[in-house]
Amino acid sequence: MSVRELVKRCEALFDDLELGAVKQWKAAQPGRKAIGYLPIYVPREIVHAAGMLPVGIFGGGDQLEVIQGDAYYQSYICRIPRSTLELGLTGRLDCLDGMLFPSICDVIRNLSGMWQIMFKDKYVKYFDLPQNYDDSTGGTFYIHEMSALRSDLEKLSNKKITDEDLRNSIAVYNDNRRAVRELYAYRAQKPWQAPTSEMYLVLRAGCVLPPEEHTALIRKYLVSCEEQQRPQRDNARVVLTGSFCEQPPLGLIKSIEIAGCYVVDDDFQLCQSMLLEEVPTTGDPLEALSKAFLHRSAQTSSKYDEKKEDKGKHLLRQVKTRGAEGVIFAAASFCDPALLERPMLLEILAKHKIPYTAFKYAENTGQMAPIREQTGTFADSIKLWSAA
Amino acid sequence: MSPAPAKKEVVKDDSMWLQKELINRNYHEVATAHETGRKISATFVPGNLNELLMCFDFARRLPETDALQNGMRKKSGKMIMDAEREGHSEDVCTYVKTDLGMMLAGEKGPTGEPMPHPDVLLLSYTGCFTFMKWFELVRQKYDCETVMLHVPYQGDGKINPAMRDYVVKQLKDKVIPTLEKVSGVKFDIDRLRGYMKESAKAEEDLVRVLQSAKQRPSPIDGYFGAVYYIGPIFTAFRGVPEATKYYSVLREEVEARVREGKGPVTPEGDHPGEKYRLVVEGPPNWTNFREFWKMFYDEGAVVVASTYAKVGGVYDFGFRHDPDHPLESLADYCLGCYTNLNFPQRIDMICKYMDEYQADGLLINSIKSCNSFSAGQLLILREVEKRTGKPAAFIESDLVDPRYFSAANIKNRLESYFQMIKQKRAANEVLHRH
Repeated sequence: MSVRELVKRCEALFDDLELGAVKQWKAAQPGRKAIGYLPIYVPREIVHAAGMLPVGIFGGGDQLEVIQGDAYYQSYICRIPRSTLELGLTGRLDCLDGMLFPSICDVIRNLSGMWQIMFKDKYVKYFDLPQNYDDSTGGTFYIHEMSALRSDLEKLSNKKITDEDLRNSIAVYNDNRRAVRELYAYRAQKPWQAPTSEMYLVLRAGCVLPPEEHTALIRKYLVSCEEQQRPQRDNARVVLTGSFCEQPPLGLIKSIEIAGCYVVDDDFQLCQSMLLEEVPTTGDPLEALSKAFLHRSAQTSSKYDEKKEDKGKHLLRQVKTRGAEGVIFAAASFCDPALLERPMLLEILAKHKIPYTAFKYAENTGQMAPIREQTGTFADSIKLWSAA
Repeated sequence: MSPAPAKKEVVKDDSMWLQKELINRNYHEVATAHETGRKISATFVPGNLNELLMCFDFARRLPETDALQNGMRKKSGKMIMDAEREGHSEDVCTYVKTDLGMMLAGEKGPTGEPMPHPDVLLLSYTGCFTFMKWFELVRQKYDCETVMLHVPYQGDGKINPAMRDYVVKQLKDKVIPTLEKVSGVKFDIDRLRGYMKESAKAEEDLVRVLQSAKQRPSPIDGYFGAVYYIGPIFTAFRGVPEATKYYSVLREEVEARVREGKGPVTPEGDHPGEKYRLVVEGPPNWTNFREFWKMFYDEGAVVVASTYAKVGGVYDFGFRHDPDHPLESLADYCLGCYTNLNFPQRIDMICKYMDEYQADGLLINSIKSCNSFSAGQLLILREVEKRTGKPAAFIESDLVDPRYFSAANIKNRLESYFQMIKQKRAANEVLHRH
């Protein structure tokens, strides 16, 4: 399959708000169930171990006209909850048997209760991730949360989830994370070969495909990328951060690239890269998942930084290891976690003399000219004034 | 030249004066803490562990009340704009920006006295995501010792033992050792029990006061008046004998009003007469607090119950601080704060209030700054209307950002709402007659 064909398939999955791929997966075997999850992170291994399909729900993008969803939110609330509600109210999420709402912010938290009221026949769980990172404290609590999810899914699937099931699923996701890491590494090395607007679609396919299939897809994409040489431009290498929940429209990612930036790292699909290392496939599987989250996971603004000196470490590491020349802080409008974090991160970048620019977007932002102008100017300033 | 009109004197009960004295004294204690060798703590209203902080002799700051006091004194607008100029987004909480703006403006507290940096930030992460970032921002600027207390959300509408154990373990392993280290004072659990005994007494009286609004006419306003009533117990005074005394005096005052058949006290004297009984969801606006309140009592509206009066602790369904199980009780207190309840629980609570307090309707004051309260309130409105058959209305304002208080809009909406209640009542009367 050529890169073009492969990306076309991913784009079709991305555009399909009816979740056709999920319906197909369910139809292939009677009794199959699918569980939706919102950003940023849930341990998908537990859903997979229950024989279910974890489905990432990242709002409605710029193709969805939000009518009913708007009736539930004031103008000063971000767009992802309203478009998610729109998807639910228009029956587009009917193929999901449940929804997980991880602890990311108050808006998504409250949406979990709204879902309980509005979709009474569905399984709904608010999934509280620990903000205390001691194994005996936050770890014990987190293992309890995961055990509760495991037990709920056992009831829903009428199937016992054994430790062996969980270990197998951890292995499946370890492989998926490995592939995602390879993809990130490849793009950082040759961003002209794997443009972010393409890579993003390949990652988003992981929201609706089974992990095994998604892993294979990523590897095929990497192989196809090497088969077709593309022109290398003198673009500025940037890390894009702040876009971990409500996603920017694809047009915005393209605009950043057109304006002269190679995105060499990002936080678009953190669920796929939250755990930074292999999760052990021996021993207690929930303990392994807990330790991975507590001690070897990415920093993001919905997670507490225990020490002042920890703030921004992950971002600085991204800049350093990817050889980035600057940072674009792109946050969804009214996104509390990102926008409250922003001044702290920008201060740290300034201290390290790393150029940055910042803007806000909504998932349905249509006017790209200002973004192109801002990022274009930013890229020019890096090329003209940095290091040289 | 004609003389300037004399400023109308604000009417206050004895309990209000007592409270004012408490608050001013606390600001003075904070201002002079370092001179007197005391350390300063800062923590948030929901899930505040005042009894525990007192065990370490801290002078106690609550940044939310600092912000609201600055709002009431018309100082917050400039502070917010100063913080925005420093790079804080216009989209985020104005309490945070008022706090940061206050520091930028020379670190003077609302009363004009100095506001020294806290020595420890007790980040009780209860019912509000912003709290976490707020104290990270303060820590970033002032390098204060910070200790996190993660209070899990009641996503399933109940407190399970794992949640309680998690909070208790954090108290034992992290919070108490940090407070000991910063203060240099050894933790004494019996001292904690002593404070909690005082708390329970005050809580009992507070509940009696709030539930007096079930009377007709209601002797209190359960929102505008309740803001004063909850002041001591939600802030630096829960567990302090003077606060216990305050609630005992307050209860006596309110019981006397019940005996005399009187309505609430307003800043302009006795309430002109109860025409509409409302339940209110959401915090008040502070920058125009009196003007906002006046819009209600001028029309004969009394708020008989409010969810905001439960933000620093839900006591009216039986919870009391329990000296026999001090740490578990602190955990239950945090876990049970209003904004830590899930949506079905919040709706149940409002419907219960509508019924028990014989309210004519629900009013939601939706606050731009506060997603914890506001996100999804339009569903609350629909559900409560559906379940109670009583009309609900929606207004929008902000906590301390004067740019988001539009008096004319709010007044218009309220007047239309009162008309609606009146018409609905008349229609019901006709229905009952036939």
